[in-house]
Amino acid sequence: MENFVKISYLIASVLFIVGLKNLSHPRTAVRGNALGALGMFIAILVTLFDKNIVSYEIIAGGIIVGSLIGIVLAKKIQMTAMPQLVALLNGFGGIASILVAGAALLEALELGKLVDPAFSVSTGLSAAIGAVTFSGSMIAFGKLQGIVTEKAVRYPGDQVVKAIVLLGIISVGGYFVYEPTNSDLYWIISGIGIFLGLILVLPIGGADMPVVISLLNSYSGIAASMNGFVLDNNVLIISGSLVGASGIILTQIMCKAMNRSLTNVLFGGFGQVAEEVADSGDFYSGKVKSTTSEEVAMILDIARKVVIVPGYGMAVSQAQHTVRDLYNLLTSRGIEVEFAIHPVAGRMPGHMNVLLAEADIPYDKLKEMDEINPTFDSVDVVIVNGANDVTNPLAKTDPKSPIAGMPILEVGKAGTIVVIKRSLSPGFAGVPNPLFTQDNTLMLFGDGKKVTQEIINALKE
Amino acid sequence: METLVTALTIFVLAIFIGFEVITKIPPILHTPLMSGSNAISGITVIGALLSAGYQVTMLTTILGFIAVLFATINVVGGFLVTQRMLGMFKKKD
Repeated sequence: MENFVKISYLIASVLFIVGLKNLSHPRTAVRGNALGALGMFIAILVTLFDKNIVSYEIIAGGIIVGSLIGIVLAKKIQMTAMPQLVALLNGFGGIASILVAGAALLEALELGKLVDPAFSVSTGLSAAIGAVTFSGSMIAFGKLQGIVTEKAVRYPGDQVVKAIVLLGIISVGGYFVYEPTNSDLYWIISGIGIFLGLILVLPIGGADMPVVISLLNSYSGIAASMNGFVLDNNVLIISGSLVGASGIILTQIMCKAMNRSLTNVLFGGFGQVAEEVADSGDFYSGKVKSTTSEEVAMILDIARKVVIVPGYGMAVSQAQHTVRDLYNLLTSRGIEVEFAIHPVAGRMPGHMNVLLAEADIPYDKLKEMDEINPTFDSVDVVIVNGANDVTNPLAKTDPKSPIAGMPILEVGKAGTIVVIKRSLSPGFAGVPNPLFTQDNTLMLFGDGKKVTQEIINALKE
Repeated sequence: METLVTALTIFVLAIFIGFEVITKIPPILHTPLMSGSNAISGITVIGALLSAGYQVTMLTTILGFIAVLFATINVVGGFLVTQRMLGMFKKKD
């Protein structure tokens, strides 16, 4: 029977790996996700056959209530709120890891099992990583949802405070390994971990959330892996490592797309000054050309190739469906329309792709930065909708700029650039954008959704 | 000690498999990847089920129950929302 369970866990692990493998193409991705779910189902089912389970009422209660909440969340969530949901789920994974390892510790002590260093180290790590994941994710959720300030919250000596708290958790952790029979220490580790998660994520600005969510995603996996060490269970170790690796890769991709180190993202306090330098009137005065929807419609009328650059602003104004209408209208007139997606556009990896897919834009029209950059020369009109920093040429020209070296969408090479924006306020990086003052750039001020609709109306007249 | 070494071996090898598999996933699918992998990390539900079922003490049972609750939200919510997102990519095929 024990072998049967272990083989089933192995099958589940293989299904997870094959499932992730199938995520490499939109065509096979649905099957991949189903395989993952099947693996989970098998793993849960065989676990329920465990002969030491004395009653099923509590299990059933947890599964039923948890499933209902999960179903409601998954069905009701708006696509624009996907980053929040992922943050929330990361956090739930984190707290589950704390509770699982905590229960395992208490059981071991109660039943007088041998608590060796391998057990206590992995238990302590489950608590620490799980706790940081939990509270960090909750703050990330709060920032994305607008409950917690999007700004980077800094105070004098904050790095020192973080270092002291980190030292604290390591010390208590060390003491716990030395004296694992004292389960209070376990909960102290969890408590410090929760505090650490708070003070680590609060000083990180809203636009850096793609990195934070990716990293917390990784942590939730590693915490699950640590649970696997505690319970001596391979399927937990394997699945946790897969998720851990996945989060790390996404973190690297996000950092690279901003040309910033992970340390800079986590401790740099980027976005703290965004509002103080909002007044960059001098930079733009007299050099910016404002336009109207009618004029943009006229330019589009004679265009052959159009590229739309979506940014977080498009998500905020819920403009994706209106943008789709514009896409359909232009395409129906024989104009070639593509979308240029910067890796850090939006608030999580792949955010823009999901929004545009929701609006029924064919996925082969969504182009990655490296693919579309060489083609901007031959583009007649670029429409920048709610993006700013990712198009800022300062990244290439000013080595002292906070965004220096960040790869950008080189929209400036196109014939005409139409920038849809509420005002001239700077993006997250807090720097003015010289693109706006370029001779071939036209500013179209207003709400992304409303203005796009006006362009459509003007085109139809 | 031997089980620890075996476990570490599995841990390290699985991370390498993870790197190999995940680097091939295109940016267009990164959001579904996050929510899907999130669901997979809900595998902790297994440990939670055992604690909630063994019922060694009142406290471990309660901890187990809460853990089952959170991990199940993670699993069910994660897989379903991933399915919903991927459906949007699929229908234009």
